Amino acid sequence: MIKAILIFNNHGKPRLSKFYQPYSEDTQQQIIRETFHLVSKRDENVCNFLEGGLLIGGSDNKLIYRHYATLYFVFCVDSSESELGILDLIQVFVETLDKCFENVCELDLIFHVDKVHNILAEMVMGGMVLETNMNEIVTQIDAQNKLEKSEPPVMEVHLQKSTLLERKRFLHL
Amino acid sequence: MVVSSLKLQDLIEEIRGAKTQAQEREVIQKECAHIRASFRDGDPLHRHRQLAKLLYVHMLGYPAHFGQMECLKLIASPRFTDKRVGYLGAMLLLDERQDAHLLITNSIKNDLSQGIQAVQGLALCTLSTVGSAEMCRDLATEVEKLLLQPGSYVRKKAVLTAVHMIRKVPELSNIFLPPCAQLLHERHHGILLGTITLITELCERSPAALKHFRKVVPQLVQILQTLVTTGYSVEHSISGVSDPFLQVQILRLLRILGRNHEESSEIMNDLLAQVATNTDTSRNAGNAVLFETVLTIMDIRSAAGLRVLAVNILGRFLLNNDKNIRYVALTSLLRMVQSDHSAVQRHRPTVVECLREPDASLSRRALELSLALVNSSNVRAMTQELQSFLESCLPDLRADCASGILLAAERFAPTKRWHIDTILRVLTTAGTHVRDDAVANLTQLIGGAQELHAYSVRRLYSALAEDISQQPLVQVAAWCIGEYGDLLLEGGCEETEPLQVEEEKVLALLEKVLQSHMSLPATRGYALTALMKLSTRLRGDNNRIRQVVSIYGSCLDVELQQRAVEYNTLFRKYDHMRAAILEKMPLVERGGTQDEEAKESKEAQLSEAALVPTEPQASKLLDLLDLLDGTFGATQPPPALEPSPGGTLVHLLDLPCASPAPASIPNLRVFEREGLQLNLSFVRPPGTPALLLITVTAVNTSGADVTHFVCQAAVPKSFHLQLQAPSGDTVPAQGGLPVTQLLRILNPNKAPLRLKLRLTYNHFGQSVQEIFEVNNLPVEMWQ
Repeated sequence: MIKAILIFNNHGKPRLSKFYQPYSEDTQQQIIRETFHLVSKRDENVCNFLEGGLLIGGSDNKLIYRHYATLYFVFCVDSSESELGILDLIQVFVETLDKCFENVCELDLIFHVDKVHNILAEMVMGGMVLETNMNEIVTQIDAQNKLEKSEPPVMEVHLQKSTLLERKRFLHL
Repeated sequence: MVVSSLKLQDLIEEIRGAKTQAQEREVIQKECAHIRASFRDGDPLHRHRQLAKLLYVHMLGYPAHFGQMECLKLIASPRFTDKRVGYLGAMLLLDERQDAHLLITNSIKNDLSQGIQAVQGLALCTLSTVGSAEMCRDLATEVEKLLLQPGSYVRKKAVLTAVHMIRKVPELSNIFLPPCAQLLHERHHGILLGTITLITELCERSPAALKHFRKVVPQLVQILQTLVTTGYSVEHSISGVSDPFLQVQILRLLRILGRNHEESSEIMNDLLAQVATNTDTSRNAGNAVLFETVLTIMDIRSAAGLRVLAVNILGRFLLNNDKNIRYVALTSLLRMVQSDHSAVQRHRPTVVECLREPDASLSRRALELSLALVNSSNVRAMTQELQSFLESCLPDLRADCASGILLAAERFAPTKRWHIDTILRVLTTAGTHVRDDAVANLTQLIGGAQELHAYSVRRLYSALAEDISQQPLVQVAAWCIGEYGDLLLEGGCEETEPLQVEEEKVLALLEKVLQSHMSLPATRGYALTALMKLSTRLRGDNNRIRQVVSIYGSCLDVELQQRAVEYNTLFRKYDHMRAAILEKMPLVERGGTQDEEAKESKEAQLSEAALVPTEPQASKLLDLLDLLDGTFGATQPPPALEPSPGGTLVHLLDLPCASPAPASIPNLRVFEREGLQLNLSFVRPPGTPALLLITVTAVNTSGADVTHFVCQAAVPKSFHLQLQAPSGDTVPAQGGLPVTQLLRILNPNKAPLRLKLRLTYNHFGQSVQEIFEVNNLPVEMWQ
């Protein structure tokens, strides 16, 4: 079972946090901090597996992580998951993000965190792997986005955006 | 004024624009105030946007509980946009500990039967993430219906939701077991993946389900076969391997089904062999499948040849360059070290190599596996390796490594001397990381190995002379030097180099330990006691030792002070007993704080001999003691003793029951003179049978006050007496408030109690002194 999925940047700022077991808000933040602390200490050429921190269950659980440029993707799992399998899962997740966002970078994750949640929900549900076929996932996401767009829009006053952000391509796969 | 609300992106931009943490907090608090106001106004159009912003700040760690009810409203809305954000909010904010949690049940129920698969998907997702037990019970039938309807998207989600429901409410297994057979026939990989997970969960929970599903082993084998031999299918392949996730799940289920079951294992054999030999191991996906295959082979009743193949694959992986592969190989070997010990032993050299890895995760795994592989034939070599690892490893591994080495040494030590050497080396290298009982274990070990006393004390002396900072080492060394100091000075010991040790150097070393700021209080206690013991072992005069001991009599540490004072008294008053008290300790029984207990009993003896010198009435009590000493049954009628028992003295015996309970001993009037009466009442607390509490009460019924009233008591030598301060020293006239005083008597030997009392006071203008023994003490007081 997957206990938690965390994405944070090189400075520990959370970009996505999803917990599949009930933890209080304080504990959640502590877990994010503890995980960042453990993961950021790792060198570049060591293995991608770590013992879980105390808050998330200690030695019964593992942190399986991948570092892409400025982002850490960390899956916290218990002993029933295949470690190498989860590594592949992280890769599939990132590739799916890439397909949905067209050359995804950290800014995409920052500004569209709700969309990232939706994509993740198509892959992992209730702590279990739901779907690993990238095409299926992308098809579903597209259908849902279409459904949203087809609904009558909300009346609103647009704020003038003062600057157009330059999007840097950070993520290399 | 219409305040237009920020879009999510705008808020995020603002937050990113903040330069400091305080600024960020300000921005967010301002926005949260807007959001709260908007929720209060009940604006339906912007609600989803407000909640989206709230969820964002929640991720950053700010409170968002006031959004819980909004999630409910959004979920109930007919718009998909609203539902999407609402369900996401429910998953993030409404776990089962919240009060509002149950309220989403109805909405989920409605959405499940709606028919729009995106909406059904949302509902199932939320249910499987935060669904509580009651919710699962309520909605089980809905989910069951969805399992069998045609759309594959909803079905795969329904299957995984069923897994969650079974985890929460195990009884629901009955509902979800029957559909599994049909679901296995599906071609859709998502449904298959979910179904395998469901069957795995069912089998793990119930042996009956396990038996039931053994029937599908051939079908599983068929599915796996198709996957393996299909060839390149773009849809599901990862690095050229067809749906490795599904393969891994099937292999895991096969493992559970084939465990301890010959027939099922037989069916799987060929396929497992095929997968083990044909999987492409150049990429991670293939390795994932291969590992799972190896684990399955080792767990089921597979053919011998297959097992050898599996272990060899693992051995090969241990040598792989990829660190992840090595990590998983070490983990797998650890899992099978109990069941296939000899097979794993063959790879011991490679495992030991992995100890030298700089990667902390790998070396930790290697350490666990190495410790599991130690046996009586390889203990010397392995301990050597582990010791060198201990010297260079990371601090967080040190404690585990040290205790692992000590444990292995205990189980497999070939000789006592090797054992002592090993422990000594561990204490020198990683003294601060060993467990507390290492000191006790080592002293017990040394104490028991009489032939090695000389050897041990020399080695410990040399180690101590080099370094006095490692506390466990210092404690053991101090103890040893104290006990076997005479052997240290003797000279020739054939097992070590000849070491000429002078008395002065030994004393200087112990004093250094005493004075060092690195020494813990317990260590200093050891050193002081060792010094004391040396006073009988060394040949020189004891002036130096006496000096140290008397200096420490005014030490700030209470424990040390007490020891020093007692040892001082030992020198001054009881010198004739010193040699007997300080002679070599007998071997202590194993278990618990045997060292501390031995010390405590010695201390107790010393304190009884010195009678707690801080007692102010010490000298007077000693006089009284002499009166009691050995003269039992002597008729010494003390002067002016009032009518002896049997006369007009009324024993205020409450009519006792046939066998009074230990706590209720009758009171006793022991003295009466001119209106002043002295009564004793007794309590024996049930928890401490050796303890007797006596309350002395002085009542004055005469017309004049009794002033300067002092009561003293004495008991025979085997008892321990403590007088607490009296409530006052004036007993007012006319039966006024009596003066009370508590006596605590410890009687560990259950000897018959004798009690002598001495009273001095002024009454009617005269000073009075009375000394008398209390007779007729009831036997319940000491039995």
